[in-house]
Amino acid sequence: MNIPWLGSRKLPANRTILAHQFDDLEQQRAAESLGMWVFLATEILIFGALFTGYAAYRVRYSQDFEEVSRKLNVLIGASNTVVLLTSSLTMALSVHAAHVGRQRTLVWCLILTAVLGTTFMVFKAVEYYIDYREQLMPGVRFERTEWREPGRIQVFLIFYYVMTGLHAVHLTVGIGIMVWLIVLARQERFGPEHYSPVEIGGLYWHFVDVVWIFLLPLLYLIGTHSAHDLHF
Amino acid sequence: MTTRVISPTIYYAVFAGLIGLTMLTVGISFLDFGAWHTVVGLSIAVVKAILVALFFMHLIYSDKANWLAIGAGLFWLGILLVLTLSDYLTRHWWAY
Repeated sequence: MNIPWLGSRKLPANRTILAHQFDDLEQQRAAESLGMWVFLATEILIFGALFTGYAAYRVRYSQDFEEVSRKLNVLIGASNTVVLLTSSLTMALSVHAAHVGRQRTLVWCLILTAVLGTTFMVFKAVEYYIDYREQLMPGVRFERTEWREPGRIQVFLIFYYVMTGLHAVHLTVGIGIMVWLIVLARQERFGPEHYSPVEIGGLYWHFVDVVWIFLLPLLYLIGTHSAHDLHF
Repeated sequence: MTTRVISPTIYYAVFAGLIGLTMLTVGISFLDFGAWHTVVGLSIAVVKAILVALFFMHLIYSDKANWLAIGAGLFWLGILLVLTLSDYLTRHWWAY
């Protein structure tokens, strides 16, 4: 397997950006973009399966889902949404910076994106701890006596942990991709003639954001909240 | 995606819209909409997702091939949701 650029600080003058199977740079760029979009279509189906399972149980146990959804921490959920939306902005700005060849802006925007993604993960970890403390962790700590139907409550909570957990795994991969892009960007690998890795890394990142955009209302905003739900 | 450079102004505008919609969706959850919370929440989420896809992901500037890929994914998701839910929503269970 040929990994041409690892180990060298800058692209050697005799190396070409154009891979041998493409006719020109535009075709290569279009193929790279399409490849990532096709992958994202498959990712829609992975999460789609979880959303569908959730939907089926939501239809069946609607009142119980509403009951426990209110117990999730909407303040952290909403804050995380803002964090991730901001990271999508910085990601779009880094693609732009790569496109116009502003190397320093590119690096800083990528760093910001990675930092915001990590912030999300920190908030998530804190939130999981709070859920543990609030006895919302089936199998680990689930001792509240107020549930009418504890079995159904646990179904919702399993969906909550699996869906947000799978999302967190995707986000971690995304942060790893950002770190890799930062390393390459600092070596000034990207510019107006070659910025596809930043663009398609961005596509992946935005997709992870879109998944969260749907997770928020479906997990946190089912029922009606009251002012005293606003706490950490 | 295109080789034409897109001005960042659009990104800031879309971002402002996204934050606004987030505040809207969270705010609405504090009002008593009853069963409508799902519909309203999902509708707002769809609008946000469309904004991210069209502008942040450059779909609006993209080749039609990219549109086809994402369209296919959504179509298959549609089959999954429609066929599954048409089963469960037409069962006459009385939960309580």
